[in-house]
Order: sequence, then structure tokens, then C-alpha cells
Amino acid sequence: MAETFVPLPSLPPPSGSVGVGAWLRTRLFNGPVNSILTLVCLWLVASVLIPLFDWGVIRGHFVGSDPQACRDGGACWLFIGARLRFFIYGFYPDGELWRVNVVLFTAVAVIVALAIPGTPGKRWIVPGAIVGMPILTIVFMHGGVFGMPVVATDQWSGLTLTLVLSIVGIVAALPMGIVLALGRRSKMTVIRLLCTMFIEVWRGVPLISVLFMASVMLPLFLPEGLQFSKVLRAMIGIVLFESAYMAEVVRGGLQAIPRGQTEAAAALGLGYWRTMALVVMPQALKLVIPGIVNTFIALFKDTTLVLIIGLFDVLATIHATIVDPDWPNIATEGYLFAAAVFWVFCFGMSRYSQALERKLHTGHKRN
Amino acid sequence: MKASHLVVGFGALATVAMAAAPASAATLDTVKSRGQLVCGVNNSLPGFSAPDEKGQWSGLDVDYCKAMAAAIFGDPSKVKYVPLTAKERLTALQTGEIDVLARNTTWTMSRDASLGLNFVGVNYYDGQGFLVKKSLGVKAGKELNGASVCVQSGTTTELNLADYFRTHKMTYQSVVFDTSDQTLQGFESDRCDVLTSDQSQLYGLRSKLPDPSKAVVLPDVISKEPLGPVVRQGDEQWFDIARWTLFAMLNLEEAGVTSKNLGEMLKTTNPDVKRLLGTDGEFGKQLGITNDFGAQIAKAVGNYGESFERNVGEGSPLKIARGLNALWTNGGLMYGPPIR
Repeated sequence: MAETFVPLPSLPPPSGSVGVGAWLRTRLFNGPVNSILTLVCLWLVASVLIPLFDWGVIRGHFVGSDPQACRDGGACWLFIGARLRFFIYGFYPDGELWRVNVVLFTAVAVIVALAIPGTPGKRWIVPGAIVGMPILTIVFMHGGVFGMPVVATDQWSGLTLTLVLSIVGIVAALPMGIVLALGRRSKMTVIRLLCTMFIEVWRGVPLISVLFMASVMLPLFLPEGLQFSKVLRAMIGIVLFESAYMAEVVRGGLQAIPRGQTEAAAALGLGYWRTMALVVMPQALKLVIPGIVNTFIALFKDTTLVLIIGLFDVLATIHATIVDPDWPNIATEGYLFAAAVFWVFCFGMSRYSQALERKLHTGHKRN
Repeated sequence: MKASHLVVGFGALATVAMAAAPASAATLDTVKSRGQLVCGVNNSLPGFSAPDEKGQWSGLDVDYCKAMAAAIFGDPSKVKYVPLTAKERLTALQTGEIDVLARNTTWTMSRDASLGLNFVGVNYYDGQGFLVKKSLGVKAGKELNGASVCVQSGTTTELNLADYFRTHKMTYQSVVFDTSDQTLQGFESDRCDVLTSDQSQLYGLRSKLPDPSKAVVLPDVISKEPLGPVVRQGDEQWFDIARWTLFAMLNLEEAGVTSKNLGEMLKTTNPDVKRLLGTDGEFGKQLGITNDFGAQIAKAVGNYGESFERNVGEGSPLKIARGLNALWTNGGLMYGPPIR
């Protein structure tokens, strides 16, 4: 008579340790100090969120176009709608807006194609975009060919200008930063000194003073009549400034690669450039993706500083319209909108970099 | 000299506009060959120069730019507006980036004498004033003893305020903010009884209050801020064109010529008006522009009074009274020398 052992079914957990009540008790009201803290925090959140929700949603104005409707103190979101065209395109002439759209749409298409795994021909998209996008941007946005009238750079403004400045900054600063980082670690004294000087000088001055120099001082040194467009001056300033930061980020990655990697490459008979391009850089850049994206995000937000040299980036267009006397005081709505725009782009970059890290991770990650 | 445009690629994109103009070239010739007047304006000061939702500029200073373009080309649209911050405006003029600066710039002796610039005249007499709540029952600046005053930091406004209260032996408490919209928010939320700024801005700020009729701008003006267009020194012809553009707008108003009655006025027999509109005499030629520049200005922007009403006066949300900016015949300071 073999009796098989049949365990009794497990008892349910004690009623005091499951369910909403238990969760609340263990996490929020576990002891007098924590209970008080919970209540204080709840009160703080409520006292901020409830008026905000009341102002922004319940009393907010979403439809219509009459500024006078906004005088009752609720949030005036119709202002954003009424000025959206100006925020995005700024002074770009009305009939030519499609040209900006073509450029922006292509940029979005390229980014989406890169983000989706398994897009055919991916290895050609990146170099194609790096060479093609600037040409496309010049041809379409500046015009003057194929019967498109010239739109001078001083008419580039709004979100368009923000994107152009930051994309140019990102595309140009990364390669320059890599070259500078290699230069700073070079065994050749002159190159090392030059690169170190460049990095320390540009990293040591605030971007705002670089922009001021480019916009106010530089024209004084140029012969009268010779003028560079202000957008170009700002662009060069941003690229030089950000490449110095990028160089230090990349150098951080290079420091982390053990010497054995270079020695192994040398043992295989690889020269300096091939060692760097095939062995060291791929590992180093992968390590510093968070740092690189950090710099990109900082660069994207730094482009708002062009406001002080009279260029109309997206923040400046908002700045210029919230003083419109037709509307009641709409500064808060304007700045919230600006914050939302910047957050969307920065968060997007952050998510993309995390996806990239996951894809490129080769098992060395510890977590 | 002909302006040549080169497009070169730098990194991603670049535009180098190389206007090969030697320092000695007359500004008028440069402007004519370029086919465009380059006018420096404020990035956004409602009523004076501000972009609308389509990115089109309008305002009193913008109208002056249009009037100048109309006088030179007969076409008010031939202007390129360069928005400038307060810090870069004078450099932009000195370096030739702009031809004329119409950016609510106060005419002061040091600017006129030491910077190689010439003030053309005054197109708006501004001055610092006070915005108070009606409920206070204050009628004049001298009744403000003990008041708390909202003011923007780091401006001459702060200094003028201190001077005013000291000379009148009154006390005040200043509540300092960083930007003008914060200053307004402080006033709105009762952090102060009085808001001080230039009068032209006070009207704009008042119109943004939830109920503008509950606040009033006091008649007192505690500082002199004559705002006017500026040109580079050393080109007398250009200076004269800029100056007579302004005078023409004033004289048009004095003669009663508007953008609407221009057609009839062109047929008038009044010799003053005929000289002004170019139907008689060769006055424009002496400046190097067309004789009918007065008529072109009237057609493009109208007279000074029309421009004032449209941009800052009753026809605008600002509703600024003419005050000092009325013609001399109406008790103001605006006076155009005769065309003879």
C-alpha cells in the first residue's frame, strides 16, 4: 500500500498582507513618521496639481480664435493654435513652406528608417544621410535652383531654425570631436598641444560669449561690407563649442579601452588608422553613447541661446508673440508650450539612445 | 558695386553673402544696387515692431522703414528687416550690416557724439511713467509716497525711479523682476501698487491685464526718452534722406494729406502741398531720390498721424494718446521743417 503524498493546497496569504489595504499599509503608512510624510506629500501634490488641472483643462480654452474669450483667467491654448505657423516656420515665406516640409519630412523618414530594425540597405542610409541631408537642406531651404526663389538664411526661423542648428551641430560636432580626442591622445607633441589648446579654450568659455563674439565682435574685425550671415556665424560657433565637449566625451571612451586591444591589433599588423577605426573606436563609442547623447541633448537646448543675438529660434518666436497686446497675459502658456516641444525632442533622443545601447550591447553590461 | 552671392557648403550648410562695397561707397548707391533697404528693428515691441502670425512685421518703427523704402524705390515692400537685441543694435549699424536703425533707440548725447552715429530725429517721444490700480485713487506721481513699485531689474528705469522719489523726498519699496511679463504678473497678483516702465510699454502691459479698465497710466513722465532712427556718420546724403523721410511724414499730416485723399491732394493748387508731393519743384532730386517721394510715402504708409493711430493709437490695442507726439499745431512736439 503505497500512499502517495498529496500536499494540501496552499493556504491563501493572510488577508492582512494582500490587496490594496496591505499595499497602502506597508508602503505608505508604515509607522507614524511615514504616515505623516505620506500625508504631507499627498497634500503637496494635490495643492499643485488640482489648481493646475483646473487652470489648464477645466477652465482652459481650446477652440475658437477670439482673444477676448481668454480674459476669464483660464489657460489660453487657442493662442498656441493661432500662432503655430509662426512657431514652426517663423519668417519663412508663406508660398514656400512646402520646401521646409520636404526637408523635415525626409529627416523624419531617415530617423524612422534607422530606428526600425531590419530596414533594407541600412548601411547606405547613414553615409547617404550625412552627405545628402546637408545638400538637400541647402537646395530646398535656401533655394535659388530649379526655379525655387532664394530664401535667405535670416528668414529661417522658428522650430525649423532650432532643428537646422541642432542637426548641423550634431552631425558636425561628432566627427570633429573624434578627431580632437584622437589628437589629444596622439604621440605627436604639436598635434597633441594644438588639440588640447583647442579643447580647453572652447570648453573654457560660455557658449553665450561665443555667440556674442560671433555676432557683435567678429563683424568689427571684418572689412566693411564683408558679411557672413548671422545663422552661419552662430552655426560655426555652436559646432566649435560642442566639438570640444564631444572630444572629451570620446576621450573618456578611449581611456576605457584596455591597452591589450591596441597591442592585439598591432600584432595582427594593423596600422594606426585601421586600429582606431576597426578595433578601438567601435568599442569606445559604444561605451560612451550615454555621454554622447547627453551632449546632443545639451546642444539641442543650447540652441535657444541664439535668441540673444537676435535669431528667432522656437523659443524666440514664442518670446516675441507673448507680448502681443491683442492677447491677455499668455506668458505661462507660451513657456509651457516651449517646454513641451523641447521635452518631446529630448525624450525622443534619450529613448533612441537607449534602444541603440540595447542593440549594441555585447554582454559586458552589468545589470 | 554689385552684390554677389556665393553659396558654399561648410559642414552641412552655409551661406556667405559677400557684398563687395568699399567703405567710401554712398549708402544710397549700395541700397539701390542691392534693391533692398536693410532696416534694423526691435525683435518684438508691440506697436513699434513685432512680427504677426505670418511673420510679417508691423509697427511705428516698421512704418518708418517702409516709408524710406517707398521714398527710395517707390515700393514699401523692398525692405529687409533685421531683428536686433539692445546690445547688438549699434554695432550692426557701425559695421554696415544694416543701413538704418529704427529700433526705439533713445537719443542721448554720448550715443550721438562718440559712436560715429547720427540720430535722424525723433519719431516717438517716450518717457518713464507709472501704471497704478484705479482702486488706489491716485491721480498724480506725487501722491505715491510709501508705495511699493514693480520694476524690471538692471534697467535705467530703476535708476530713474530712485531719482524721482529722492528728489520729491518720498519713500518707496521696489519689487524687482527680471522680465516685463514677470513684472506684469507681480502687478496683477498685488505684489505692488505701482508698475513703472516706459510709457509706450505701460499701455501694452495694461492691455494684457484681465480687466484693463481697472488700471490707469498716470500723466506724470519722469524721464526723457526721445526715440528715433539712427544712421552712420559720414554719409550726409543718406542722413538727409533718412531725416526728410521722417519730416515728410510729419509734413503730410500737417498738410492734411492721408493715404486715402492722396488722389485729390495731387490735384491741389496749394503750393506747400505741391512741393511736398513733388508736383512742383525738384526737391527729391536734391537728395538723389525721386521728386514725388512725399506722395510715395503717403501712398505706402500714410502720414505720421495715420501710422501712429494704426500702430499705437486708438486703432491699436495699445490706445496710446498722442500727448507729446501730437503735431506742434496741436500742442505736441512733432514739427517738420518746411519744404522750400
